[in-house]
Amino acid sequence: METKNLTCIGCPMGCALTVTIDGDEITVTGNTCTVGANYAKKEVTNPTRVVTSSVRVCGAAIARVSVKTATDIPKNKIFDCMAEIREITVNAPVSIGDVIIEDCAGTGVKVVATKNVAAK
Amino acid sequence: MKQYDIVIIGGGPAGLAAAISAKNAGVSDIMILERDESLGGILNQCIHNGFGLHTFKEELTGPEYAARFIAKAQEMEIPYKLGAMVLSVSPEKVITYMNKQEGLVQISAKAIILAMGCRERPRGALNIPGFRPAGIYSAGTAQRLMNIEGYSVGKEVVILGSGDIGLIMARRMTLEGANVKVVAELMPYSGGLKRNIVQCLNDFNIPLKLSHTVVGIDGEKRITGVTIAEVDANRQPIPGTEIHYDCDTLLLSCGLIPENELTREIGVEMNRVTSGPNVDDKLQTGVEGVFACGNVLHVHDLVDHVSSEAALAGENAAAYVLAKAETESAHKVTLKAENGVRYTVPQTIDVANMRDSVTVRFRVADIYHNRSIAVYYGDKKVMSRKKRVLAPGEMEQVLLKKDSFKDYPDITEITIRTEEA
Repeated sequence: METKNLTCIGCPMGCALTVTIDGDEITVTGNTCTVGANYAKKEVTNPTRVVTSSVRVCGAAIARVSVKTATDIPKNKIFDCMAEIREITVNAPVSIGDVIIEDCAGTGVKVVATKNVAAK
Repeated sequence: MKQYDIVIIGGGPAGLAAAISAKNAGVSDIMILERDESLGGILNQCIHNGFGLHTFKEELTGPEYAARFIAKAQEMEIPYKLGAMVLSVSPEKVITYMNKQEGLVQISAKAIILAMGCRERPRGALNIPGFRPAGIYSAGTAQRLMNIEGYSVGKEVVILGSGDIGLIMARRMTLEGANVKVVAELMPYSGGLKRNIVQCLNDFNIPLKLSHTVVGIDGEKRITGVTIAEVDANRQPIPGTEIHYDCDTLLLSCGLIPENELTREIGVEMNRVTSGPNVDDKLQTGVEGVFACGNVLHVHDLVDHVSSEAALAGENAAAYVLAKAETESAHKVTLKAENGVRYTVPQTIDVANMRDSVTVRFRVADIYHNRSIAVYYGDKKVMSRKKRVLAPGEMEQVLLKKDSFKDYPDITEITIRTEEA
């Protein structure tokens, strides 16, 4: 049996979670809602993160347009994802939700713009 | 001189939410004055996610959160001026601003909403010894340089202060290939949100050294290293605990200060703990018709709370303009913060004219475990809520209902305090 202490990041409450792993049996305590239980279970089996960054934008008043992975990706793919994001340059105008990378680092997840940037 | 019903100073999250709710409440003659070249304020550079969980029930990045309010304001045709720097505000509600198109302009307002936000505590306020080389930035400056202007800022990084922006920047710089060596925090606890410590430091094995500070900066033209040392209970460096780090960048994330130069000029009473104006339950300052909301009032950790607070200020400003009535406080009760509660916002409540309920926000002075938050009407304890943990970095709130004052017709003081549970 293994016990792990985690801080829930589902909301600003930041509940202190205790996860007990006993074979396939995962028990979560300390959570105040279901988000906490789901987060803890996921965190000990398949941790994921949304990656946010920015890419170069040409022809705009600002130099970078912010982007994010459309959904969370496996935690161990964060740096592979960043390596691809860093290579990208886009042209203004850009709208929120525009697809910047179709499939980031083989995760099957899109990278999308998170800022509206007008052409200069 | 052109007169507006409501002039809002600042087009960030607070100003936008205030404008939208003022217009919804029936006032159309509004003007937002924003000094930057775009609306949205600091959210434009906060490209990380985690915004909007309360307001939109989904997790947005800062620019996305701002875009929703900007779109709403534009759809409602709320007028705004960009690049408009307000220089002064008089007690008679005459506002002097300047922009490239109009030059120096004076306008007057029936009501003013202060929504100027806050700024970072600079190096000069931190008493760090050593030279003043290049490579020392406040965390927010570095954030803007990276996320908007596209500079890499640095490769070998030390961060002083574990405020949220410092934590966010530790992750951001790591993702961009920098080596963040350590985050040093003077206090024995972090002022940042827990989830940021988890996701920005723990995820990348960046050490957080609590009770540590920078005692030396090396390098004359460009910073080449810093020395940090442990501090004692009086926050004095302990000799012999010095550790040297080679670095080309030092980020400072040592607190935020409400930006209240204009507010002081109006002559309203200020609060020494929040560094913002004192306000009543309508978020009205000591000068009639001048309201305040967002980080200029007190520094928030969540933009969702800024939005809801600002919406209230907007609504109340509209009510003030439309009715011009009941500005005299009928039964003013003072809120007192004690025993671990550092301050409250609002500082007074007019229990005769209050809404059905008022949200009182506050921060605690230290990390407390298993304490309760107690509310006293006069000497009588009326509410007590047990909390497993209270931290200065996480704003707390209690809801006071109008009904609850029925049995206290002569109340003059409400006390909010922490107590051993």
